[in-house]
Amino acid sequence: MRRNILPGLRLSLGITLFYVGLIVVLPLAALVVKAASLGPAEYWLIVSSSRALASYRVTALSALVATVFNLFFGLALAWVLTRYRFPGRRIVDAMVDLPFALPTAVAGISLTALFSSNGWFGSLLSEAGIKVAYTPIGIMIAMCFTSLPFIVRTVQPVLEDLDPALEEAAQSLGGSDWTIFRKVILPLLTPALLAGLSLSFARSLGEFGAIIFIAGNQPMSTEITALLIFIRLEEYDYQAAAAIASVLLLTAFAMLAVTNWLQARALRYTLKG
Amino acid sequence: MKIRLDNVIKTFDTFRAVHGVSLEVESGELIALLGPSGSGKTTILRMVAGLEYADGGHIYFGDQDATDIPVRDRGVGFVFQHYALFPHMTVAENIGFGMSVSKVKREKAAIAERVNQLLKLVRLEGLGDRFPAQISGGQRQRVALARALAVDPKVLLLDEPFGALDANVRHDLRRWLREIHQELGITTIFVTHDQEEALDLADRVVILKEGQIVQQGTPQEVCREPKDAFVLKFLGDANRLAGEVSGGIARAGGAEIAAGGASDGPAEIYARPRDLDWSAEGPGVSATVSRVLDRPGERRVIATAVTGEPLELDVDPEREIAAGDTGFVTFRRAKVFAL
Repeated sequence: MRRNILPGLRLSLGITLFYVGLIVVLPLAALVVKAASLGPAEYWLIVSSSRALASYRVTALSALVATVFNLFFGLALAWVLTRYRFPGRRIVDAMVDLPFALPTAVAGISLTALFSSNGWFGSLLSEAGIKVAYTPIGIMIAMCFTSLPFIVRTVQPVLEDLDPALEEAAQSLGGSDWTIFRKVILPLLTPALLAGLSLSFARSLGEFGAIIFIAGNQPMSTEITALLIFIRLEEYDYQAAAAIASVLLLTAFAMLAVTNWLQARALRYTLKG
Repeated sequence: MKIRLDNVIKTFDTFRAVHGVSLEVESGELIALLGPSGSGKTTILRMVAGLEYADGGHIYFGDQDATDIPVRDRGVGFVFQHYALFPHMTVAENIGFGMSVSKVKREKAAIAERVNQLLKLVRLEGLGDRFPAQISGGQRQRVALARALAVDPKVLLLDEPFGALDANVRHDLRRWLREIHQELGITTIFVTHDQEEALDLADRVVILKEGQIVQQGTPQEVCREPKDAFVLKFLGDANRLAGEVSGGIARAGGAEIAAGGASDGPAEIYARPRDLDWSAEGPGVSATVSRVLDRPGERRVIATAVTGEPLELDVDPEREIAAGDTGFVTFRRAKVFAL
């Protein structure tokens, strides 16, 4: 190994690799092994059962809607927090982290209370004929809530570091505000937006606590995949639970791979030579 | 285009950055705003550009009052100190940006042709496809200039254009900017804290101090006839001796110098290292050599006068002189300012 001037390489690398192996790789490997102990035909039967398929659909679709919503709202929030100075800015900034800090079950119960047909929001919405609690819309709202900080916190530092001279240069060249946002600012935020997007989507796919209270959990309509895995575990059907979980795992991996690739493409301009 | 500033004022919070500056820049002129940091030179440049609004006074472009015209409609080319190139665009896209966002729609081919012309002008042919991260600092500076020129600005404004480059590149780019200016004849204002750069490049130098103009004139005028001690010291190394003027003659430690109009009484005498010489016998200021620094073109002698004042003088490279020598510092010429 090349001699390194910084001390502690072997020790720190050893400890971290051991930890990653023990806490991350080992459980995932166990999951794969458990799922693989099923035969291919049996595995396929479990992961493609109509109840499982319905759960993938509602989970992925809700996660997608929640992520797209957070993409716009999170960007707007990060923009307001970094670009303007207003009273209470620090309080708003601190509140962005609440979904991280709050136990998700607490969030789920409060959202359910708000949106159920006799809750503050729910009673108003039901007059308009919109039902939120115990429908996929409720799932989306719970996902929006828990994944909001990801976009804000990935975009915010990039916006803060953006050189004001870039905008001034674009203005002096005659660009309108909208053109400057579209052609100068947005492309520079794209890598951070992608990173936030993938984290937000992955979090939504796996969210459990906040959703199960508001979702109603009707098989075939509002039952999310994470809950289906939990039900299989409660039935002591570990293999089926592992099989369904492996689908979530694969989806998360594929998603991370795609966003990493997109990020690398968006950052091509930083490469030397 | 002729630019005229009339009693322009700018205040930041409680700090007054520019105090009533009036200045005329003739069409096609190349002028330098020279001053130490905090002298308001960059603020003046940004107000001319429209990147800051003046709190008082007026800025005219030709006969038009441009004071309240926003930057995007003012028609200026601005080159930023750290270039401010768009990092996600290629060199060609950077240069073409102004044309592609302009209200005057142009064909893609027309833009590409103009970009090629500009690449040629700034001697960057063949680098159009590179990203800013892939070219050197000097090349980035030239891209920034091409980008500013692409919108056919009425006036070109440069903020410390060579500040971030190393000495060799800076020297070449200075000559080159002068050539480009000659070729295009565009009214140009640049800001610098480097007196050598200002004197090298500008038709006229405007020297600023604490938000006010101290002196303006050709490099020859400001060098030969500095208005006060600040200008003299800012333009280059200078020795200061306390003296006394009487009857048109300034006297300091045994030396006598023509006072050149300074009134009788206590005075400051300033002389550049080149304006002083060393001799074994007087008349002059008696001094002791403390160090000799050898430089490519001369020997810099650091001496202490009997009065305790430090003196620096340049002598010919052949002169035999060493630390500990005693003798006299003589004056070839000096400036005398009454206190």
